Amino acid sequence: MKKLIVAASCALAMAAGTVQAKDWKEIRLAFDVPYEPFEYRDENGELTGFEVELAEAMCEELKAECEFVIQAWDGMIPGLLARKYDAIFSSMSITEERAERVLFSDPYYITPGGWFARDGFSADVTSKEEMEGKTIGVQRGTTMDTHATEEFGGIATIKRYTTAEDMVLDLEGQRLDVVFVDYPVGEQTILSQEGFKEVGEPVKLGQGVAVAMRKRDKDLANKVNAALKKLKNDGTYDAIMKKYFSYDIKI
Amino acid sequence: MPDFIAQWLNQNEIFTAMTIMEYWNGLVNTVQLVFLSLVIGLVFAIPLAILRTSKNPLVSGPVWLYTYLFRGTPLLIQLYIIYYGIAQIPGIQDTFWWEIFREPFYPALLAFALNTCAYTTEIIRGAIVSTPAGEIEAAKAYGMNWWLRMRRIVLPSAARRAVQAYSNEVIFMLHSSAIASVVTIVDLTGAARNIYSRFYAPFDAFIFVALIYMVLTFILVFAFRKLENHLLRHQRPVGS
Repeated sequence: MKKLIVAASCALAMAAGTVQAKDWKEIRLAFDVPYEPFEYRDENGELTGFEVELAEAMCEELKAECEFVIQAWDGMIPGLLARKYDAIFSSMSITEERAERVLFSDPYYITPGGWFARDGFSADVTSKEEMEGKTIGVQRGTTMDTHATEEFGGIATIKRYTTAEDMVLDLEGQRLDVVFVDYPVGEQTILSQEGFKEVGEPVKLGQGVAVAMRKRDKDLANKVNAALKKLKNDGTYDAIMKKYFSYDIKI
Repeated sequence: MPDFIAQWLNQNEIFTAMTIMEYWNGLVNTVQLVFLSLVIGLVFAIPLAILRTSKNPLVSGPVWLYTYLFRGTPLLIQLYIIYYGIAQIPGIQDTFWWEIFREPFYPALLAFALNTCAYTTEIIRGAIVSTPAGEIEAAKAYGMNWWLRMRRIVLPSAARRAVQAYSNEVIFMLHSSAIASVVTIVDLTGAARNIYSRFYAPFDAFIFVALIYMVLTFILVFAFRKLENHLLRHQRPVGS
């Protein structure tokens, strides 16, 4: 029995060894769908969007077979650490707390957070006095959440949502006075409906969005950085960006 | 706060005084929500259970329909329908009802109370139906009318039979209350989710909250054991 255990652990160690020496010809990338226009399914059910196309271009550059994995935002980092996929390509902003758990590539885009409200909202969203007693909606754990908590924690009521849909429903239902959300998401889901408007100026938050990988996979990070740099310089990046955005998000 | 606890908290990344306060507020919300919904549920369940045992289908039918609907659908769906559904009623925002239903607490309380009331009604009804015929015949022989019989014989006897099943319902309700966090209530689970998303430490955040739920469950189990001992004291052997 003991011999069997020893043999089994040797086999395991060898198997682990082969995983270690990965040449990254197969990469599994995780997306949280839908997050328009970064990743969503088109009318045929095909995965598409800015990040999906950028990821496809990157994989071509790396000459790697890429597999796209769908993962809900809540379990994004745990899933990466549990090796369900090798990299997160899903609009993950760089933060210090996250950088303790994952390894970030160079940033590949930055979008501001935008304030959106129903027509008739008149308070100044930069003024602590005017925001007093207001109810602000944010998505839990986003940089907008951190910013709103730092600025208005204790002054306004901050409600945290798991999905943007639930948050928009509560803005429509007048449970929220204003929401602070990733600008493109607000533009797509809120401004596209009647009766809503943007308030204040978009706020640029944080250090941008990057690919997140496990800390040990430094070789993969180097490859990703090189590929992203090439795409940004040779015009591929700009071409993809123009398809989805009317404004500049390049960093 | 004792010094050594403060010191330990200072050295700890996640369990700072601030997160402990967040858990504490979550605990207060959970206990309030569960306690109130159980009290409301029980108060309405007793008369409903009596109606449910009626031989007249016009009386027992509606109660049957109510318990069937609320036991036949998930609590999460009921909560979604009540929380988001109410906000979709045209013009509700201009009535005084909106003062109540604007906050997530009351829609959640309504959903939880309706749900636990349906289950409790069925538990009590089962206990009433299984009252030994001899007890009722004896009560009739004493000349008790329906009301007196119900109050002195049927309900106390049913309570003894219902208490074990009801203790399960109370514990289930405590655990079901975790879904309150989907409608932005910061209950225990909501606090754990906030802390998890801030520190990306699922184990720390959720194991801590699981321990709190376990302690709450333990307190409930202990209280119900005491209650059972009290209600069933006539069954103990003489002299023990």
